[in-house]
Amino acid sequence: MGARFRMLPDWRVWHRVEKEWVVSEERSGANILVESLAKQGVEFVFGYPGGAVLPIYDALFGEERIRHILVRHEAGAAHAAEGYARSTGKPGVVLVTSGPGATNAMTGIADAFLDSIPLVVITGQVPTALIGSDAFQEADTVGISRHCTKHNYLVKDPADLAAVVDEAFQIATTGRPGPVLIDIPKDVQIAMAAWSDAPPQRRQRYAPRTQGASEEIEQAVEMIAGARAPILYTGGGVINSGPRATALLRELQKKTGAPVTSTLMGLGAFPADNPDWLGMLGMHGTYEANMAMNQSDLIVCVGARFDDRVTGRLDAFAPNSRKIHIDIDRSSINKTVPVDLPIIGDCAQVLEQILDVWGDRKAQDLTGWKGRIDTWRERKSLSFPANADAIMPQLAIERLFELTKDKDPIISTEVGQHQMWAAQHFHFFSPNKWLTSGGLGTMGYGLPAAIGAQLGNPDSLVIDVAGDASIQMNIQELGTATQYRLPVKIFILNNEWMGMVRQWQELTYESRYSNSYSDSLPDFVKLAEAYGWKGIRIAKESELDAGIQAMIDYPGPVIVDCCVHNEANCFPMIPSGAAHTEMILYGDTVAGTMDDEAKALV
Amino acid sequence: MMHIKHEAEERHVLTVTVDNEAGILAKIAGLFTARGYNIDSLTVADITENHAVSRITIVTHGPPSQIDQIHAQLERLVPVHKVVDLTESGPFVQRELALIKVAGMGEKRVEALRIADVFRAKPVDTSTSSFIFELTGAPDKIDTFVAIMRELGLVEVGRTGVVGMIRGAEEA
Ligand SMILES: Cc1ncc(C[n+]2csc(CCOP(=O)(O)OP(=O)(O)O)c2C)c(N)n1
Ligand SMILES: [Mg+2]
Repeated sequence: MGARFRMLPDWRVWHRVEKEWVVSEERSGANILVESLAKQGVEFVFGYPGGAVLPIYDALFGEERIRHILVRHEAGAAHAAEGYARSTGKPGVVLVTSGPGATNAMTGIADAFLDSIPLVVITGQVPTALIGSDAFQEADTVGISRHCTKHNYLVKDPADLAAVVDEAFQIATTGRPGPVLIDIPKDVQIAMAAWSDAPPQRRQRYAPRTQGASEEIEQAVEMIAGARAPILYTGGGVINSGPRATALLRELQKKTGAPVTSTLMGLGAFPADNPDWLGMLGMHGTYEANMAMNQSDLIVCVGARFDDRVTGRLDAFAPNSRKIHIDIDRSSINKTVPVDLPIIGDCAQVLEQILDVWGDRKAQDLTGWKGRIDTWRERKSLSFPANADAIMPQLAIERLFELTKDKDPIISTEVGQHQMWAAQHFHFFSPNKWLTSGGLGTMGYGLPAAIGAQLGNPDSLVIDVAGDASIQMNIQELGTATQYRLPVKIFILNNEWMGMVRQWQELTYESRYSNSYSDSLPDFVKLAEAYGWKGIRIAKESELDAGIQAMIDYPGPVIVDCCVHNEANCFPMIPSGAAHTEMILYGDTVAGTMDDEAKALV
Repeated sequence: MMHIKHEAEERHVLTVTVDNEAGILAKIAGLFTARGYNIDSLTVADITENHAVSRITIVTHGPPSQIDQIHAQLERLVPVHKVVDLTESGPFVQRELALIKVAGMGEKRVEALRIADVFRAKPVDTSTSSFIFELTGAPDKIDTFVAIMRELGLVEVGRTGVVGMIRGAEEA
C-alpha cells in the first residue's frame, strides 16, 4: 500500500483545488473507481471477478449504490450491458479481469462498437511493472480493443482515474455512442491518490457537432418540399438520439407525408401501424420498402449508414434519387453511397431544425407515389405458405406478437433466420423495445441482452427470440437469470438447423449442407428445468397459442422450445450482389448456384 | 471466374495534430491497416512547449473516396485534434531529409561529389572511399538523386518521410 505515482504534467491541471472543494482524503484507485461510477449514477455493473480486479471487487463489497450482476461468461457481461443500454438509453457498465476476462468480453465490445451502443468497460490488468513481461493472465487489452472501441485508456496513476472515468462516460454516451474501455493495472487499483468530491476536471477535447448548418437545413427543406417521391430511411441513430428524435421523426413524417422505412437497428422509431410504414428494408426487407427506395426521387436518411445489407448492389442502389444524409458521424457520410446533401448533427437536433424551417409549408401531393407503393404492397411480400404438418416459423412469430402486443414487450434476438422473421413479423411501436445484433451479427447476443434489459426494465415482459444454434452460444447465462430472479423468456424457433446458413447453402451452393445441421441438440425443456426455469415444448400448431400464453403467464423465466418447419426459408431476400429490384419472394424459383463475384460478397 | 479490380489512385499528404499520449501512434497506424488504407510515409514529433501535442504527417494514396474516408476516420479518433489534407487545401511545401551513403574510388567518386553539389546535398561524413550525403527536398528530388547515386556506388539510404505545411501566413 501507499505506492505513490508521479503526476504527469498535463494532468496536473485537473487536480487544481477549487476554493469550496477540499481534497479531503486519500483513497485507493479501486475506491476512486467505485466512487466515480456511483457519481455517474451507475445502477448495475455486469461483471466477473479474477485476480487482476480483486481490489475493485473488494471495493464493491457491501456497496449499496451499485449492484453487481455476476454473469457466467464475460461475453455475457458485455451483451447484458448492451441490452441494458439499448433498452434504457443509459450507458452499460462492464467489469472483467485481465487476460481471458478481457478477451472473452471482446465480442460484446466489438458488437457495441458496430451497433453504436454506449458501454464503459473496466478491465483489470497485471501490475504496471509486469506489463510486457508475458505475466500470468496478461493480454494487451488496449491493443486488442483498439479498433473495436470508440476510445480506450491504460490508467497508470490512480490520481487520473476520476477524470478518466468522467471522460469515458462522456465519450461513450455523446456523439455517436460506443464502447470505451479503461484498463487498470492491479497496482493502480491498490495505490492511493487524493480524492475530492469536486467534479473531476475532465479534458475538454471531445465535442461532437450536434447542430446542422442552417444553409444545409434550408436546402434539406427545399429538397423535401419539392420531392414527388420522397422516402424517409431511418436507422439506429434515431433510437440512439433518444425519444425526442422519435417524436420529431413522426412529426416530420406527418408534415411531409413521406413513407417511412427503417433498418434493422431502427425498428420502433416509427410505429408499425402507421399507414405510411413500409416495413424494414434491405436484404430481408419488404418488397414495398425496397422498391420505394429504388424508385424514390429523394431519400432522407436519418441516422442510418447505407450498410451493405441495406443497399444491395451499389451501382443499382436507388439510381434516380437525390440523397440527404443526417448523421452525427461524419465518417458515415459518403462511405459507401455518395450523397447530395450531408448534414452532420444529432438526429433530434437536425430534425427539429428542419421542422422549424418547414413551418407550415405544404408538401407535394404524393397520391401518385402512394398509389405506386400500394401496388408494391399488394405483392404481400411477407406472406408465407401454410403448412399442415409443421408450424411455420413466421406464424409462430405472428402469434407471439398477437398474444404479447398489449404488454408492450421488449424483444431481443439471436442471429439467423429467427432474427429476420422477428424483424419482419413482430411489430414495434416505440423505441428501445427491439434489441438485436445488427452490425456484428453476433450469435449469443440475445439471452444476455434480455437479462440486461430485464434488469433495466423490471416490470417489462422481455423475450429473447432465439434459434436452436444461437441459444447455445451463451446458454450459460440461464444461471444468471435464475440467480437474480429475472423472469426472462426465451422463445426458440427450433428448426434443427443453422437455418440461415442452410438457406444460403441451398440458394448458392446447390444444397450442399456443409456443417449446418444442429446435431445433438439438448432437450431444451430439461435444460430449462436443470437451471430452475420452466420449460415448455410446442410441437404442433394447435399448441401454439396455449404454449405462448403459458409462457406469458408464468411469473419466472421460461424457455419455450417451439419446434418449427425445418426447411422454411426467410423471404423476401435480395441475394448478395443483386439489386433491390431483384428480390426473391416466396414462390419464386431459385437457382441453386451463384457466380463467383456474387459469392465473394458478404 | 473472378478477378480483383483496382481503382485509380491519388497521392495525398495529411497532417494530423494529436494529443501526445501513449498508444496514439499505434492507434493511427492501426487504423490504416485495419481499414486497408495505405501509408507511404509517416513522421511524428511533438510540437508544443509542454510536449502535449504531436504533429503527424502521413503520405497516403488511394481512390478519392478512400482519401475522404481516411480524413473522416482520423477525425473520429478522440485524441485527434485536427486533420488537414494538404493536397486539398492548396499550395503547400513538402520536405524530406535523406542520408545517402555512396562508396567508390576514382572517377565515380568525383562524379558523385559533383552531382551532390548540383543537388545541394551536403557531405556529412567522408572517408577515403565513401561519402554520406545529407539531402533535403521534395520527395521526387530525393528519388532522382538516389537514382543517380545508384550508378555511382550507392550503399545505403535513410529517409525521414515527408513533413508538409500550407504556404502563406495562415495556420492550416
Ligand atoms: C458468433 C457467430 N458465429 C457464426 C455466425 C454465422 N451464422 C449466422 S446465422 C447462423 C445460424 C444460426 O442458427 P440458429 O441460431 O439456429 O438460427 P436460425 O437461422 O436457424 O433461425 C450462423 C452460424 C454468426 N452470425 N455469429
Ligand atoms: Mg435454427
